[in-house]
Amino acid sequence: MFDLLIKALKNRDDRTVAQEMGFMALRICILIVVISLCILLFYITMKGFRVVNFEFLTQAPRDGMVKGGIFPAILGTFLLSVGALIFALPTGVLTAVWLTEYAINQKFVRIVRIGINSLAGVPSIVFGLFGLMFFVKFMQFGVSLLSGALVLGILILPTIIGASEEALLTVPKAFKEASLALGATRWETMYKITLPNAISGIITGIILSVGRAAGETAPILMTAATFYTARLPNSLFSKVMALPYHIYALMTEGSKKGQTEIAYGTALVLLLLVLAINSVAIFIRIKARRARKW
Amino acid sequence: MPTHTGMRKNLIERMLPIIASVSMLFLLGIAFTLVFTSLPVFKSVSLQGFLFGSEWIPTAETPSLGIWSLMVASFYVTFGAILFALPLGLGSALYTAEIASPKVKEVIKPVMEILAGIPSVVFGFFGIVFVAPIVQKAFHLDTGLCGFTAAIILGLMAIPTVASISEDAISAISKDLRNASYALGANRWETIINAVLPAAKTGIFTSIILGVSRALGETMTVLMVAGGAIKIPTGLFVPMRPMTAAIAGEMGEAVVGSPHYHALFAMGLVLFVINIIFNLIADQFQKGKRNV
Repeated sequence: MFDLLIKALKNRDDRTVAQEMGFMALRICILIVVISLCILLFYITMKGFRVVNFEFLTQAPRDGMVKGGIFPAILGTFLLSVGALIFALPTGVLTAVWLTEYAINQKFVRIVRIGINSLAGVPSIVFGLFGLMFFVKFMQFGVSLLSGALVLGILILPTIIGASEEALLTVPKAFKEASLALGATRWETMYKITLPNAISGIITGIILSVGRAAGETAPILMTAATFYTARLPNSLFSKVMALPYHIYALMTEGSKKGQTEIAYGTALVLLLLVLAINSVAIFIRIKARRARKW
Repeated sequence: MPTHTGMRKNLIERMLPIIASVSMLFLLGIAFTLVFTSLPVFKSVSLQGFLFGSEWIPTAETPSLGIWSLMVASFYVTFGAILFALPLGLGSALYTAEIASPKVKEVIKPVMEILAGIPSVVFGFFGIVFVAPIVQKAFHLDTGLCGFTAAIILGLMAIPTVASISEDAISAISKDLRNASYALGANRWETIINAVLPAAKTGIFTSIILGVSRALGETMTVLMVAGGAIKIPTGLFVPMRPMTAAIAGEMGEAVVGSPHYHALFAMGLVLFVINIIFNLIADQFQKGKRNV
């Protein structure tokens, strides 16, 4: 009897120790992740901070890329992202509208969904190959802002569809039924009731996808980006400089002293840009949750 | 919602099915473009020679176009990446779902979101300037730009994917299962290991597949960090050139219409097919889970 009790106590002890060690292992996992992220952010901020100033943000590169700033790259990234959005926003939101409110034929829905999910999994470099062949060569847009923006637009399409769909689904059925009962058509219900109530979720998704588009390099490598242009882009068919490509090119093309410093600055600017975009999205999401009327 | 078959549709409503097909059309367009541009490469090399040929000398007068060494390199860095991402991602997910207080959760969520949002080129840059020198010193290598460094960075990039999907799966497990385990006398850790993990295994498996798919398709990081050597890697600690890096790095030099050019598209097709298969598998798993 006594033996059994001791054994049980001892066993429990072992088990508690095992639990403590297991929890400790999990804590170490999350700590490694958090610390890695902190090191990355801290290191690039420290190194980049010395380079980034007003001139860096507003001037073009000078003296073979080692002096001056990165303004053309900032502008290029802005234009590429906006261009991608102009294509992907209406297409994505309307696809989500169709999926949530109109689609009846389940077979067709299934095909559409397979298309969206598969598109989301296509490697970014493959988008680049497609853009090179289709937009640059076949459509004869050349290596240009237009080609790059279209490729990025296709790339972010699944993200926008997914976020919009999720947002549209959160609108209570009663809202729509009330509107329909008042004699509104389905379309009137959609743009006067459903879309306005889902708008913050949709905007969050859109902003996140802009962050994604701004940071992508591989798709614009062959379709839009160039290391240096003497002039700012003046048409849809201009080649553009872009922040992510600029970092890559500074690290791999040429070996002048000072290129790495500029790359640190560019990496910091890109990092801050993407983080700022994502924070805005998260902020809107939190605010919208609090303000929700239902 | 009631069906409105009798109601008149406006122009946009009529267009909706067409607009919704755009994703599928582009997917087919991508597939068609890749196949169409790849095919001419098989004038210069057989399918077997292309996939399993060990020599990649695309610019020689009679080019050798075997992508085996590049595929093996892709396999190495992806496998290495999952070795990092699986324990760290799953550990983070378990911590968040099972141990963390609501306050800590509020911190972890943005950490994962930030990690997922950092552009791949910034990861690559960080790999060159920070991780590679450390790896070089720690393992006494000739260069820190090697498969191992690429695997670390890719692993870090895949963690949010693995963590978020695993966490969804873990959180979705019903309380009854946990309570049953506690009622049998198991403590929290035993419940995690013996009840929660087995119940969440489909979700965890899905997260691994999608993590692998993300690491395999990642381009800029491996292009900048993996070292770029073209021969069959003998281990993780040598420079290597995965397929994505080869496409991105060599496309600029490849003469349009040359066997090299078509071979790079064929490599893109290989990546495309692998990724589609992985995504379909993950899709099936998630659907299976929903049906339960």
